[in-house]
Amino acid sequence: MKTLIFLLQKEFKQIFRNKILLALIFIIPVVQLLIFPLAADYEMKNISIVVVDHDHSPYSRKLISKIVASGYFNLYASAGSFEEAFRFIENDKADLVLEIPKNFERELVVEKSQQLFIAANAINGIKAGLGGAYINRIIVDFNTDVRLEWIQPERFNAVPVIQVTSSNRFNPGMNYRFFMVPGILVFLVTLVASYMCALNTVREKEIGTIEQINVTPIKKYQFILGKLIPFWVIGVFVFTVGLFIVARLVYGIIPLGSITLLFAYLAVYLVAMLGLGLLVSTYCQTQQQVMFVMFFFMMIFVLMSGLFTPIESMPAWAYVIARCNPVTYFMEVIRMVVLKGSRLADIRLHFIVMFGFALLFNLWAVIHYKKTT
Amino acid sequence: MFRDRKTLLILFGLPIAQILLFGFALTNEIKNSRIVVCDYAKCGISRQLTEKFAANNNFIVEEALLSHHQIEDAFRSGRIKLAVVFPLDFEDDYQHLNQAHVQLIADATDPNTANMLTAYATNIIMEYQNLSLPYQINTETRMIYNPELKGAINFVPGVMALVLMLVCVMMTSASIVREKEYGTMEVLLVSPLNPFMLIISKAIPYLLLSLVNLIVIILLSITLLGVPVNGSLLLLFLISILFIITALSLGLLISNVAQTQQTAILVSLIGLMVPTILFTGFTFPLENMPVVLQWLANIVPAKWYYTIVKSIMIKGLGFGAIWKETLVLAVMTCLLLMISFKKFKVRLE
Amino acid sequence: MQKDIVIQVNNLTKCFGDFTAVDTISFEVYRGEVFGFLGANGAGKTTAMRMLCGLSTPTSGEAAIAGYDVYRQTENIKKSIGYMSQKFSLYEDLTVAENIKLFGGIYGLTNQEIKEKSAQLTGRLYMNDQRHKMVGSLPLGWKQKLAFSIAIIHQPKIVFLDEPTGGVDPVTRRQFWNLIYDAAAQGITVFITTHYMDEAEYCNRISMMVDGKIKALDSPSNLKRQFSSGSMYEVFLRLARGAQRTSD
Repeated sequence: MKTLIFLLQKEFKQIFRNKILLALIFIIPVVQLLIFPLAADYEMKNISIVVVDHDHSPYSRKLISKIVASGYFNLYASAGSFEEAFRFIENDKADLVLEIPKNFERELVVEKSQQLFIAANAINGIKAGLGGAYINRIIVDFNTDVRLEWIQPERFNAVPVIQVTSSNRFNPGMNYRFFMVPGILVFLVTLVASYMCALNTVREKEIGTIEQINVTPIKKYQFILGKLIPFWVIGVFVFTVGLFIVARLVYGIIPLGSITLLFAYLAVYLVAMLGLGLLVSTYCQTQQQVMFVMFFFMMIFVLMSGLFTPIESMPAWAYVIARCNPVTYFMEVIRMVVLKGSRLADIRLHFIVMFGFALLFNLWAVIHYKKTT
Repeated sequence: MFRDRKTLLILFGLPIAQILLFGFALTNEIKNSRIVVCDYAKCGISRQLTEKFAANNNFIVEEALLSHHQIEDAFRSGRIKLAVVFPLDFEDDYQHLNQAHVQLIADATDPNTANMLTAYATNIIMEYQNLSLPYQINTETRMIYNPELKGAINFVPGVMALVLMLVCVMMTSASIVREKEYGTMEVLLVSPLNPFMLIISKAIPYLLLSLVNLIVIILLSITLLGVPVNGSLLLLFLISILFIITALSLGLLISNVAQTQQTAILVSLIGLMVPTILFTGFTFPLENMPVVLQWLANIVPAKWYYTIVKSIMIKGLGFGAIWKETLVLAVMTCLLLMISFKKFKVRLE
Repeated sequence: MQKDIVIQVNNLTKCFGDFTAVDTISFEVYRGEVFGFLGANGAGKTTAMRMLCGLSTPTSGEAAIAGYDVYRQTENIKKSIGYMSQKFSLYEDLTVAENIKLFGGIYGLTNQEIKEKSAQLTGRLYMNDQRHKMVGSLPLGWKQKLAFSIAIIHQPKIVFLDEPTGGVDPVTRRQFWNLIYDAAAQGITVFITTHYMDEAEYCNRISMMVDGKIKALDSPSNLKRQFSSGSMYEVFLRLARGAQRTSD
């Protein structure tokens, strides 16, 4: 036990002497936590639209001003022909083109039906889909307005209608940042802690100091603990700063659920992820190798954790991978506890799984690390 | 470098894994969402609607009579994401008041999901009503470049940019710093080798490697994901080479500043990865971001490259459309190289 | 008087695939000896020593270090030995005092013992002013003397030195050897590998490895007589003439 204390003293001294590293650990995550949520927003605004109005009638003008008034769209230009408008799409100046055919107003009144043409730059499918949906909504609204001009409503409604009322729980402001910030915090803490741990351990291998350790009576588990604990502390610290300072002060996120629960989960999670870092470092000889292997894992973990895209939407095989990914669980836990106030009973399964991971990775690392080859 | 099997494995495996993931697994659509239908009304309409929900493969329907409190608990445990409630007097209202209410309660933790689910559910209810009225305006929508709305079309160029950038930067910065750490740098500098040549010799293997990566990505995209290359392949390659050089120059700059490999790696990774993912524009649209961030995005070389790739691969345009972006990349590269060489020379003294 | 045997090696062999790095070597080392393990680069010295330290498992043969078996009791071996390698021994980003404290603690010295030894150590090496300097900032010769002193801080039975004097000037080397003699006088057996032939003269006995085998084992004076040579260097040349391997 004393040996462990000596080891820990050494580790902490080495870490804190490295000023650049310290700056990296603390400043970069904080900065990114600030920038990231600002940028990450799926809501569509400022969709650039070009209108080709062949009709130039009061109706067409009304429609156009309705579109502009909605706030979703920027009228980038009016074009004389579809070809002209299309060039704007080619240049990425416009996302959407609306073509109003000649005699639109007249035909609508006389024939009682008309057709509008929309072309969308669908490279970003979501944008196109949503943009199309918004504009359709506006057109439907406009349609109702037109209809009401010509048909008198009797009583309440001539035909029975089902009204839908919707309400939102837990995030009534529909603030996407509430959803993203905890997730990004998880991502950053994971990245920093496990990467640093893995790199640091492999560094000893690369430089050769590990031989000096191997030739002493230091026990395997003491060495591993000596590498785990300092980075565990760092991980907790970064998380704390991120949660209480950045998340609270900048975004106004105050955890609804038990903070103790959250930190308890963080503790187990860090042990698991650091264990993974150590495991990787026992398989690698150089820092460069570790860099790439960890990068590989991190990329996959992050993308498959539900941070950006929901895991339920994935095809079955991908969903399985997501369920085998430790990050997924913390991602869910942090969102559940912070935003919904979930309790221990709700995340029991997550705890069990994370304990399992922690055990798996660390045991594997201890077994695989050989003092004698 | 080629003896390092693990690294090589990753360098090739990574782009493949990413393409597969991005192409198949990652999507912004909402599918397989568990919802609960609380049918207090139990009338013909509510039953038909419930069936419609169940039939829709966006939803996995569970039928239960839950109170609002219970619904909240269910949200909390992550069991369901949306609740559809048909109140007791639904049928009554429908017959006598010509207006009945359905309540949708969504878990807005993920606002996006909540929005989409609410929209889907509302759509289903609206479609069910299917009123056909006079004075109908129909719209015909054409999706250009990506009629099937495949997510891959958007992601693949982004992944190309991301992987090339990150891998190149990490590789050069780490490998050069490594020589510094080991002291072998001094040996090389003392030799008659021109430092310029030295750098070039370090860069070329990575250039080749990245090109191979690029080819693999493009092949996979075409075959597995059905992402076309509508424009000139040659142009694509030429510009890619330019971009790779840009990334390598950035790695060079980092290697000048970092003292240890650890620092170089951490800076490249943590400092670059997130901004590159964000500001390239393939995860979240740039137009949504605060203007300040949009300006910042212009510093990220990957953003320009992403635009170029989209233009060539998806839109099938030629050099005339992308000369501006290419110029920006070229200028960035020159700047990076100049700064690196200046710093390099200073270090030598 | 029967001298204590601290290292007993019998037909020890290490193979890497079909390459035999160490080929059935046998020898004994007695307490308090300064035992030199010589040979060219690639002869198998380092591989052999790693087996004796418990860093590498032999392919076949037997060996006992301080009475402990190298197959099954490696952890006990590590408690009883000290080690210093040319590649590295100390943490460059810790101070002199911190390194002493760390290794003292690892070898189980109490805080009191560590304090005393630490003061003794830096006093003997005239390094009292450097106690709070980073080891990385010390000149090579000082680092090596310090590394050696730390390697024996726990009074091990044997200390293994792997090419410890590489790259230092003759004066520092002489000082280093004084430290070695002091240790031997305290009963610590010194097992040292080197390819400096003149250092061989300083040892009680030496063994010469060529191509994984021990080609000679005796005191320097006996060997010189046996091979009718004026110096160990000549002895080495005669033995090495038949060598096949050239590099580790």
